[in-house]
Amino acid sequence: MSRTTDSPSLRGFVEPGRGAGLVDVFRRRYLLSLLVRKEVQVRYRGSVLGWLWSYVKPLAQFIVFFLAIGVFLRLNDAVINFPIYLFSGIVVINVFMEAFGNATRSLVDNGALIKKIYLPRELFPVSSSIVALINFLPQVVILFVVCLFFGWSPQPLQVLGIFLATLIVLTLATGLGMLFGAANVSFRDSQNFVDLIIMVATWASPVLYQISQVRDVVPDWALVLYQLNPLTAAVGLFHAGFWYPTTDGRGELQENLYLYGVIGLVVSLLALALGQLVFRRLEGRFAQDL
Amino acid sequence: MPRTSDDVATSNSASIIVDGVRKTFLFRHTHSIKETVIAAVRRKPLASTFDALKDVSFTIQQGESVALLGFNGSGKSTLLKLISGVLRPDAGAIRTRGRVAGLIEVGAGFHPDLSGRENIYLNAAILGMSKSEIDERFDDIVAFSEIEKFIDTEVKHYSSGMFLRLAFSVAIHTEVDILLVDEILSVGDEPFQRKCLDRIRELHQQGKTLVVVSHDLDMVARLCDRGILVDQGTLAFDGDATEAVERMRAR
Repeated sequence: MSRTTDSPSLRGFVEPGRGAGLVDVFRRRYLLSLLVRKEVQVRYRGSVLGWLWSYVKPLAQFIVFFLAIGVFLRLNDAVINFPIYLFSGIVVINVFMEAFGNATRSLVDNGALIKKIYLPRELFPVSSSIVALINFLPQVVILFVVCLFFGWSPQPLQVLGIFLATLIVLTLATGLGMLFGAANVSFRDSQNFVDLIIMVATWASPVLYQISQVRDVVPDWALVLYQLNPLTAAVGLFHAGFWYPTTDGRGELQENLYLYGVIGLVVSLLALALGQLVFRRLEGRFAQDL
Repeated sequence: MPRTSDDVATSNSASIIVDGVRKTFLFRHTHSIKETVIAAVRRKPLASTFDALKDVSFTIQQGESVALLGFNGSGKSTLLKLISGVLRPDAGAIRTRGRVAGLIEVGAGFHPDLSGRENIYLNAAILGMSKSEIDERFDDIVAFSEIEKFIDTEVKHYSSGMFLRLAFSVAIHTEVDILLVDEILSVGDEPFQRKCLDRIRELHQQGKTLVVVSHDLDMVARLCDRGILVDQGTLAFDGDATEAVERMRAR
């Protein structure tokens, strides 16, 4: 649970309040599972629709975007099977937004506990990401069923890409959530800043348009930068996994998608490492500042 | 007053080592850019510090029962939070051996929308117990709290007494080596308080280390062997519990 000291005379002693970070979360996975279960049970308690709300929201979003982008801006004519293209992007960007936003707020929300009992505080952002994942899975099932109706016939690599995209998005959200969540304890500006990032995220990856539309107008270096965004890679991988196999090869995917997928995972892991580092720096002040 | 850090290296039965600990709280007086600018223009201090503990050292042996005494604001609760790991010292070091659990603000991890049963599992896990340990003790916890009939009711429907009984019951059944107790006797009615004290004595007899903070001096004198008197962040006395209580009363 805590790190032991080096001095031989202090063998068996630990320094209270100093844990092993994310490793401790893994060690306390029973507690993690209970925290996740609590969050899932409690979230929509007292509402009539309950968990249906997690489907109402993406559905409404989908309808609005479909009408605005697909019908009014005519992307429905330009992109084959545009509804599937749109929904597969929305689903993956939503899980990022939910995980990131909730992870950022998780420490302040659990302030009462953090102030009174020591436990690995990384548990809170990590459980937020897992709850977002649980919320995300049924949406993926809906997407999958719709794709089956449209003659979904993917390559193994494309299916693997779906898992890679999910991993990228959750790793990135957890890392950034730890970073901004730790800052949020002392400065609540952080969560407003995160709302801003979340707003930009939907438009900074090819969810509502095609990457070729970006390629046509920006210089090469800007396109590379755009593709280095792990979310661009994740959205692209979801398109490749769900939408592209329904188009009989008539759809268009970005070049070097899987290379950017791997780069995206590396960038996300770096974000996780940075998040953990900053979290540990600031952790000592959590109980005081909450 | 003897410094105990010298015999740290030789003591193999020590349970808690507090060595030269200082804890400083920083209070920011400004909470926005606007306030900061105004305060800077008016040359008011932007922050002030307060030493809750200054150079405190002591060692507690395994199986000892120690009372931390002092008036409000003397730093004893800060000390308890430092030992539990909630806070970290700004100088000096604290080391503990074995599993530490605190009866500090019992019920902190309780969620009103979950049932008593679910809350028992959640809170016991928060206090560091594994699933099998909780399964094993579940019946004891429920029996101790005396709320068998309502165990599957949501906690928000409990009376405050029932809530505290359940929360306390979870905390006191955790598998620990060091038990930190803060103001236990504000819990429940007299028969339940007596039951809690008996349980704490039982744990002590099993060789657990006890650190107790309470303003009930008579209870503390009966429960503890050793008393540490904290005054304005420094140790004023460290020795026999009865004598510590007398000194506390003389102040």
